[in-house]
Amino acid sequence: MGCRIGEGMKMRVCVLFMEGTNCEDETRRAFEQIGLEAELVHLKQLTGDVIPELRRNLGDYSVLMIPGGWSAGDYVRAGAIFAARIKSKLREDIKDFIEDGKLVLGVCNGFQVLTELGLLPAFEGISETPEAALTNNANGRFQCRPVYLKHTGKCRFTEKIGEDNVLQIPVAHAEGRFTFGENDEKYLEKLIENEQIVFRYCRADGSDALGEFPWNPNGSLYDIAGICNPEKNVLGMMPHPERVVDGIQQADWTRKKKGRGDGRIFFESIRECLKRGF
Amino acid sequence: MDYKVEVRIELKQGVIDAEGETIQKSLKLLGYPIEKVSSVKVYIIEVKAISKEDAEKKINEACRRLLANPVIQNYSLSVKNA
Repeated sequence: MGCRIGEGMKMRVCVLFMEGTNCEDETRRAFEQIGLEAELVHLKQLTGDVIPELRRNLGDYSVLMIPGGWSAGDYVRAGAIFAARIKSKLREDIKDFIEDGKLVLGVCNGFQVLTELGLLPAFEGISETPEAALTNNANGRFQCRPVYLKHTGKCRFTEKIGEDNVLQIPVAHAEGRFTFGENDEKYLEKLIENEQIVFRYCRADGSDALGEFPWNPNGSLYDIAGICNPEKNVLGMMPHPERVVDGIQQADWTRKKKGRGDGRIFFESIRECLKRGF
Repeated sequence: MDYKVEVRIELKQGVIDAEGETIQKSLKLLGYPIEKVSSVKVYIIEVKAISKEDAEKKINEACRRLLANPVIQNYSLSVKNA
């Protein structure tokens, strides 16, 4: 699928927030640091439930980013209420946005929202009901710490990260265990076949986590940390790249003194993809 | 007319119930001979509807749109009183 974001078109990022999201500021900062224009947009600004001056049109943006947090208090299921609200009013807008080849990203709670919305894994296009779930961590606890991630995907906007590159990125979630329920085996095969798995939890040396704690922080199927849609322009991931854009934000900064955080390349990769207009 | 509908959300068989397992372990540590705990979520919803069937229909739809994720959860509902 070709992206129709061409030269001359403004590359603006819509960082969508609502009650309970809490990573929107650092997400906007991450985009701005690598030179993309990002705007915080409340859900009601897109649904038109505000005064005319505040209304925004999703079609005016190139990237839709759903940040982390606990939207609507994480009640019902994490991300479910945010997803239901988006679906009731913006379903067609989002469908057009994705079909135009624009980028949709969800980090942490955002990944839960995309899954609840049926935008991921979206085997046969956007699904009416969720096809997967991000549910309670197998260890029963909130996990808030760095993990190691291996970039295994062919997702078009993570290309710059390089295949099998290992990044140290923090997670912060209680509901991050990716599962297809009773269809784990069947659908996992499909994910692999379609090259939809973008990030997998791994050990510090990049070897497989094999489902083992603490490398796999939540018991996720096949150590899945992030997936994309078959067309590769919708990505959801549990870890937070926006939290490690600068070297000083890395957990091992005092030892390694890296100038850049491991999350920066993620945003740079998005910028390159937009510039390429793939 | 107001109806009260009780919605019960359970995990499907085979889905790991981390909360239930944690509670089971804790209760065992407290000395109870407990082998299994399953966590279940119950919502009691008051809804305006023209009939019992209409109330059921409305809440069924609400379950599909928001309250249950069919990948991991089953739901059942009963209209409590008219």
